[in-house]
Amino acid sequence: MAKKMKIKISNMENDNIIEIKNLTKKFKDLTAVDNISFNVKKGEFFAFLGPNGAGKSTTIKILTTLLSPTSGSINVNGYNILEEKNKVRESFGIVFQDQSLDVELTAYENMHFHAVLYRVPKKERKQKIKELLEMVELWDKRNKQVKKYSGGMKRRLEIARGLLHHPNILFLDEPTLGLDPQTRRHIWSYISKLNKRENITIFFSTHYMDEVEKIADKVAIIDNGKIVSQGTVAEILEKQQRANLEEAFISLTGKNIKEESADNLDVIKQYIRKK
Amino acid sequence: MLLSNISEKNNYMLNTIYILWLRQIKRYARSKARILGSLGQPILFLVALGFGFGPMYQASGQGDFIQFLAPGIIAMSIIFTAMYTGMEVIWDKQFGFLKETLVAPASRFNIMLGRTFGGATVAFLQGVFVLLISTFFGFSIESYIYLPLAFLFMFLIAIFFTAFGTAIASVLEDMQGFHLIMSFIVMPTFFLSGALFPLDGINRTLYYIIRVNPLTYGVDGLRQSLILEGSFNLGFDILILSALALLAIFIGSRLFNRIQI
Repeated sequence: MAKKMKIKISNMENDNIIEIKNLTKKFKDLTAVDNISFNVKKGEFFAFLGPNGAGKSTTIKILTTLLSPTSGSINVNGYNILEEKNKVRESFGIVFQDQSLDVELTAYENMHFHAVLYRVPKKERKQKIKELLEMVELWDKRNKQVKKYSGGMKRRLEIARGLLHHPNILFLDEPTLGLDPQTRRHIWSYISKLNKRENITIFFSTHYMDEVEKIADKVAIIDNGKIVSQGTVAEILEKQQRANLEEAFISLTGKNIKEESADNLDVIKQYIRKK
Repeated sequence: MLLSNISEKNNYMLNTIYILWLRQIKRYARSKARILGSLGQPILFLVALGFGFGPMYQASGQGDFIQFLAPGIIAMSIIFTAMYTGMEVIWDKQFGFLKETLVAPASRFNIMLGRTFGGATVAFLQGVFVLLISTFFGFSIESYIYLPLAFLFMFLIAIFFTAFGTAIASVLEDMQGFHLIMSFIVMPTFFLSGALFPLDGINRTLYYIIRVNPLTYGVDGLRQSLILEGSFNLGFDILILSALALLAIFIGSRLFNRIQI
């Protein structure tokens, strides 16, 4: 108990809500994440960027207790992700990169399930579900089974669900992938408000560099499992001597990565399957 | 303060179990094809075996074969449904929904418990349907006083096999393993349980195999409470089945807890 208190206090002092020290994740011969370290401050809008297969999703899975690290020490909200999994899980919400809805249930039922499971107080449930489904323009179709939804609608529902409870940290793994500009703007402005109003730390990954330039306080770029650059957008641009983030991103991560990363993904998938 | 904290915690625990239970029920109620489909097999067994072997059974002086067979077929429909709902964990893994539950701030033990109760309820209902159907094929319940006891056995069988299915599904990666499990675990469990034939005078080796099969005690208990005939002590049946159900929940939740995606 005393020890935990100390961790809490030291955390408040340096204000880091996520602390990653020497994180490595290996799948057999493949090192998906290679000795990375970085911190995220409380209330920060943090962008975690990298080409496909660079290690973004693996890192997010480790931060959210879905995967165990091979080595390294990680604290989320002051709790160790290996020793205090339940405490960690109470600290965050997440929108996954790939689908995680129950397609047999309706949109409303998916939201309700989440609200109960993630401890949204009973009094607030209905109102919040309505507010969020209206935000992503699905309220009229709330009683349709999700299997009848289009890909974009599922994506929107997924985001609405992730925003239903207000945790300390919100992980968003490529949340706006495949959405039109209107919806993207809608969603980011909602998340921005959340971030400001409730001081929720946002940790997100995306391939849309314009989104990052607009809203991110800090950026970390990962490539081949290593952090290749981090800082504010301005700092990264200056270091790379580029005019915009996309140029800087490409100069940092090169052009021959895509093939490699496809292989990496296959190795990971095979590894997980064999396990 | 502390008390209200505890009751809040309990409340949340119950809510977690309830919402996962409800999900299983809803999924079941919505899949009309699945409900109908899983009634087909028991009916086929009742007709083909019940009427097919009936005259032979009667000729050997054992009485009405449908009476003997129906409890076994009820048990069959329960274990098939229970294993299937338990193994739905694999579907959830493949379709991504499992992640939604695995990162929730709820304990995985409660999540597993809710799923298992939900799946068991579904399997139990399926058993009740088959019980009703078998009365159309000439099955009659000997004594309605023992009906609650029959329901207890049906529920215990359902719990055990749902938890067992969940345990297996927690270590499997995809549905390819499902058929393997069906052929090498579920089918033998059913056929070698005393569901289809009486145990008196059978081959010794077979007898021992049947004695170590958990379903044997479920079928026996069910038969005793429905037609007042059976091979073992009723209390022993309840005891062993309850202990195994608890053990399956324990192991199942341990394995479920260890899932990585």
